[in-house]
Formats: sequence, C-alpha cells, structure tokens
Amino acid sequence: MAHFTCEVVYRGIFQKNLAARICRGIVLSARKAGRWGIAFGRYGDSPQRNGIPAKDFAIVADTQEELEQNMARYEPKEVDVTICVDDTLSKGVESWAWYGLQPINRLTVPNGTVLMTSLQSPADLLKDIHKKEAPYNLALIPAKASFSGLWVYKEDHTEARILGALAKIQPGFLSLDAVCAAIQEAEWGSELKAASARKAFERLESRPVKITEGNAETPFSFEKPKWWEMREGVSIPAIPIGKPMEGGKGYVPERNPYFKKFTTRTMRPVIDFDKCVKCTLCWLQCPDSCFDVTPDGLYDANMESCCGCGVCEAVCPAKDCVTMVREDAFEDNASQWEMWRRDKPAYMTWMGDKIASKQHVVRSHGFRFRGQYEEEIKQSLDQGGTEITAGIPGENAVGKQR
Amino acid sequence: MAVETKTPAPGTMATDDREMLISGSEACAEALTLADLDVVTAYPIRPYDTVMQAIAKKIANGQLEAEYIVAEGEHSQFEIVKHASTVGARVFCGSSGVGWMYAMECLTVTPPLRVPMVCMVGNRALDDPGAFGVEHNDALTVRDLGWLLIWVDTAQEMLDTTLLAYRIAEDRRVFLPIAISADGAFLTHSQAIVQVPTRAKVDKFLPPYNRGDLQLHPDNPITVAPQANEDWVIEIRRQNNEAMNRAYTVIEEAYADFRKTFGRGPENPWFEEYMTEDAEVILMGMGTISLPFKVGIRNMRAKGMKVGLIRPRWFRPFPTEKMVAALQGAKAIGVIDRDYSFGSPFGSGVVANEIRAAMYNADKRPPLLSFICGLGGREVTLEDVYKATDLCFEAAKSGKSPLKTQWLGVRE
Ligand code: SF4
Ligand code: SF4
Repeated sequence: MAHFTCEVVYRGIFQKNLAARICRGIVLSARKAGRWGIAFGRYGDSPQRNGIPAKDFAIVADTQEELEQNMARYEPKEVDVTICVDDTLSKGVESWAWYGLQPINRLTVPNGTVLMTSLQSPADLLKDIHKKEAPYNLALIPAKASFSGLWVYKEDHTEARILGALAKIQPGFLSLDAVCAAIQEAEWGSELKAASARKAFERLESRPVKITEGNAETPFSFEKPKWWEMREGVSIPAIPIGKPMEGGKGYVPERNPYFKKFTTRTMRPVIDFDKCVKCTLCWLQCPDSCFDVTPDGLYDANMESCCGCGVCEAVCPAKDCVTMVREDAFEDNASQWEMWRRDKPAYMTWMGDKIASKQHVVRSHGFRFRGQYEEEIKQSLDQGGTEITAGIPGENAVGKQR
Repeated sequence: MAVETKTPAPGTMATDDREMLISGSEACAEALTLADLDVVTAYPIRPYDTVMQAIAKKIANGQLEAEYIVAEGEHSQFEIVKHASTVGARVFCGSSGVGWMYAMECLTVTPPLRVPMVCMVGNRALDDPGAFGVEHNDALTVRDLGWLLIWVDTAQEMLDTTLLAYRIAEDRRVFLPIAISADGAFLTHSQAIVQVPTRAKVDKFLPPYNRGDLQLHPDNPITVAPQANEDWVIEIRRQNNEAMNRAYTVIEEAYADFRKTFGRGPENPWFEEYMTEDAEVILMGMGTISLPFKVGIRNMRAKGMKVGLIRPRWFRPFPTEKMVAALQGAKAIGVIDRDYSFGSPFGSGVVANEIRAAMYNADKRPPLLSFICGLGGREVTLEDVYKATDLCFEAAKSGKSPLKTQWLGVRE
C-alpha cells in the first residue's frame, strides 16, 4: 500500500486551468497503471482573484480504500512533491483563507521535491525559498511562468512538461509511458505534447538542498483569535489614523496588520523619483494605501503592504516614472525612497538594473498583440520546448485535424 | 432616538395605567409607542398589516415620533431596520406567512450581526393556498437561525411581551433579534380589554438602546459584516450560541423586573401551567390554541378527569430543564401542534419533536402523543380537545405511546 500526494501552487485566474490540468494529468496517468486518484482545489483559495496564490492537489493511491483516507480535506498536511508554476511564489505564499506566510516548501516531506518552472539558477531561487528543517530536492524545468488571460488557455506544453518531470521524480507512481498514454489517449490527444513530456523527462535537473541552504528569514505569522477573543457582531474596528514623519513634513498611514500583503505579489513598482511630478495620483489610487508621503513631497510605496496590482503604474502620468518589475528581482522590502535619498547615482544604477530585468521575462497576463503566442513558443524552444509543426495542438487535437 | 426625553404627546400624560379595548396588533402598537420606537418599516400582508396601520395612526396623531419607511417588499423592509439598528435606532418590523419567508435572507444575516431587531409575526398559513388563517410554520422557520422566539396568546400578553422583547433583545449580553408570534385573526384582529401602563413606568423598566462598541458611528469607525473566510465561521456561530445561552438569565431578570415595575406578569416566563399540579394528562400547545383547551379542561375537571395544560411561551431559547421537570408528574403528554413537519420522526409537528428531544434524557418519560390541529386557522373545537385527551388517558393506562401522529378536525 502506498500513496502519493502532490500540490500545485499557482497564480489565481492566470494559471487555474494549467494547475487543474496538471492535477488531472497526474490522476489519469496513475489510472493507466491501475491506481486510484483524486484531484481537487484548495477550496477557499480563490482562483477567481487576479494573481492571488492558490493551490490544487492530486492524490494517488494503490487502492480505493487508501485513497479514501486522504480525501475530504481542504489541504493535505504534507506532500511528496510541491509544484510551483510561477517562481515569484518561491518567496512564500499567502493564499486566500490563509493568514501569514507559507514557505513554498512548507508541505514538502523530508527528501521530497520542489519542482519549479523558472529561468533562474537554483542559487538565485534559494535566496527566496525559506530554509527547511529537513533536506529536500529542488528540480527545475527551465521556463518562464506560463501566464494566460482569463478565457484563454495557453497551449505552451507546460502541463505536459511537468507531467514528464514528475515521471522522473516519482517513477514508482507515474511511469513515463503512463504519462504519455494519458496525454495522448485520455486528455489532449496530441503526440506533440507527449514528445514534450519525454523531453522534460530527459532534461530534468534536480539537486539536493541542505538544511543550511535557503532564505533565513522567519516567515511572518498570524495567530487567529479564539471565539471569545473575537469582537461580536461580525464587526472589526477601523485601523487607526497614521502618523506624521520627519517633523510633520511627511506622513505614514496605518495599515491593517492582517490584510493580504506582499506575499501575494507577482510584480512591484519601481519608482524613478527624479521623474515624479508630485501629482498624488498613485497615493490616491493605490487600493492598499501603500504610499507614504515623504517630507520632500514624493510618494514612497511601502513594500510590506503592496500587493503588486499595478494600479500606480497605470495612473502615473509621468513617463517611465513608475515601472512594474517582476517580484523575484528583489531581495528585501526596503524603502526605495530612502535608498534614493542616501545615494542617488547608486539608486539609478540599481533601478536601471531592475527595470532591465523586466525585459528579461515579460509577465503577460494574456496576449497583447496578434502572434504573441507563437513568438513566445519559439522563444521557449531553447529552454526545452518542442517545435510546433502542425498548428497549435489544442483540446483533442487529433480529432480536430480532420 | 430612544436616548432623548421627549415632551409627552397628548394622550400619553396619564399618571396611571389605563384600560383600553384594543386588538392584539393595536396592543403591540401601544407598546411600541411606550418604548419610543425610532424606525419602523412597513409592507402590507394580512394579518400583520394591522400593526403597521396602528403605528401609522400613532405617528399621524403625534403620539409617536418615528421614521415610518414603506419598503417595496419584506426583503428590503428587514434590511432597512437591520441597518438602522446598527447605528443605534430602536427598530420594529414584522410580517406574516410568505412575506416573512420572502425576507428570509435578511432574517438569516441578522443574528450573527447581533442586531436586536424586534419583530412581530402575525402567524399565517404558508402559500399555496393563499389563505390568511393561522399556522405557526412561518415563524418556526427561524428556529435554527439564532432568533429568540416567543408565542403570546392574549392582547395583554402582546403588549407586555413587546416591552419585554426590547428589554431582552437590547441587553448587551444578548443582542439578538426576537420574533413575537401572534396568531392571525384570533389575536391580531380581536379586541380585548388591555391594561396600558404609563410612559414613566416603561421608562423605568426599559433603558435606552445602547449599542456601545458595536454602534456604527463616525466616532466609532468599524466595519460590520466584512467578508469572512470559512476559517472564521465556527467561531462566529459559537459566539452566537453564547449570546443565546446568556438569554436564559436575561429573560428571567427581565420578567422579575417587569413584575416589580408593572405589578403583573408571570412568575415563570418560559411557559404557562394551567391545572397541572395533580394532572395525569398534560396537554401542550402554543398561542391561542390554549383558549379552547382551557375551556375543555375545565369541563373535564368537573367530571373528575385529572388533566392540565402547559402553554409554551419561549421556544428559543428552549427551557429544557424546567420543561422536563414540569412534565415529570404526568402519566401521558399530548402535544398539539398548529404546525407540521412533513416527513419528520413519526410525522409529528415541530413542538412534539422538540418535547420528545427534551425528554430523551429525563428520568421519567411518559408516553407522548402528537396531534396536528387547527391548521390554516381552522377552529379548534371542544370535540378536538376531548378526543386528544381521551387518547392521552388511554396511553396513560397502557403506558405506551401510539407513535402515529393524529390529525384532529380534518375532513375524513
Ligand atoms: S502596485 Fe502600486 S497601486 Fe498596487 S498595491 Fe502596490 S503600490 Fe499600490
Ligand atoms: S503618480 Fe507618478 S508622478 Fe504622480 S505622484 Fe505618483 S509617482 Fe509621482
């Protein structure tokens, strides 16, 4: 008797179809080998919310009885493999209905695997991934986060490649043949996708992570109140008024200590203070009151509160003043304005660096121009993708190619 | 607002109790005037509409200064008073039958928000058919939602209970909505002599509504009813349950104080006992059904039959220990429901099921018989009473409960 549990940590809306397909693929592949499985989402994690971290799970067991022991739960206590399909989540997640920060490897069993899609090196990723008290493996599929719009599913083979990689990580549960059979027969009807799975199987790189490695920060946590500690009448007090800074010339608002925070963030604003025209629009429009008013009348986005929605970039009227940059380009939540005030030339260099990293990987929430999809597929060929020769294989592609 | 002291309007200057010939609904309106109501909403449905009319008249006559808001339906009606209550207004609302059901969403969200809304349900059969007669199923639908729930049976009790309702619901330990059930027609539409107390006495008994830290006010900025995730729900329910448990004490305190202030009112708030001391058979029924039963009991007592009546007033919270104790002497219990619960254990009414549940752990469990009677406002006859009693005496003799529920007065 044995069972295998796997989680897929993903970004709500943009990756919900991807995560669901991966979990379906796991169960269907295991079924090819005579096993039983279930795929489900973390109920309450809201895949309807723009970019909020969410989780899907797949559990596979040798028998139906054993599977039952693992069913009817919101979230397994531990998983053999954690799959993370967006490397900005490697900093830890604060999924919907969860208070505090969960390190990405929190549920991974000792000697289990964290499987990520990323273009970063393991060393870079381990700057973000929290330390764990047990060794585990970090396996990488070289790819950027597979984002798509609300209605479109991006057929970039990410799900097939994850399944191929899993066959290598857990050969006892998912043989490569079973995975390919599931991809071809049961789900997507595409030989091309099966080829992608095989390639991922061959190329997967994995390295052990020691307990001394990783981000040493203590994840912030939040103790939920007992029933008798809670305010009655489903009511919560307002947050207090903020405080002036530097002799009343600046102003820092108070912020709800329990509100969803930076761990839901994909991107963050980088501000060129020299270009700011002090119009206050960012301060006014930020849905999370992130901006501190500085004594020199500028606006400094507080990175403990920013959820990375990008509204400030959208409303800022000054050209190239606010630029959203992918979250994993940053090591800490330090104040940009303080950095800028301390040493302006150094700040300009730092900022130029960060903005350049934006070009490195475009995080597109949907397609911005016609042909973008094919362009992206070509780009990812170098990183292990498969050439598309017969159009874009979609759902039951064989059937459609009449 | 209830906090201010107003100059008494003409007609409210009386220094002592007055006697008035008024209907149950009018008695309710008298109590609302004395309680210095702030906001009332209205949407007509029989038999409840008689209350709105009585309040409208009070306001028009200058006897009551309150916001009278005509809503476009019951759903809005209850939402309006719910919100008014969160800012500190003393509110009143109500409905009947399917009107009450139409407001169900609002009725559901009121207890967790701890809104001490006082409502009257003019009990009415649930459509279809669109009959106006009394059945208790409308009010009973809030049984499991965290509402305080009480049945009254005279116009005097209607007036007194309305005053008590504000005192209990607005107690900071409770802060739960309360539904006062009044039988359509028999109570809402018949006029009886009622003692109406002075405003001074009521002021002594009923303190102003003070929502304290839960009041929505610019000086007390709070968010009420934010979205809560599933991992907060059980704590919110647990809190509600605590408020319901605290209501036991608050209810007993309020009745004791009521007797002290007004010189009337029952010793036992929970239920009325009629000729039960030596009773071998105890009949039970809520609301005005007690009247034909009292008459029947008097006739049967004259023939030497040891029969008595318990008329439950409070249904939520349910007085489990007291009720069980009161039933320990009986050799058989007959519960007469003016409601039904299709497909329930033994096809019984709601009250019968509740009494059975309460008795399960009792030392003595006399046979319990369940009767359905008087649905849709059908008159309960003395024949019905005698039939029920005879069956109870049979059960007392055999010591066995016939499990089948009896429908009394149905055409067969
Ligand atoms: S991205 Fe900008 S607008 Fe959005 S939360 Fe952060 S600072 Fe505020
Ligand atoms: S919106 Fe842009 S220009 Fe305006 S205050 Fe903010 S950063 Fe400065």
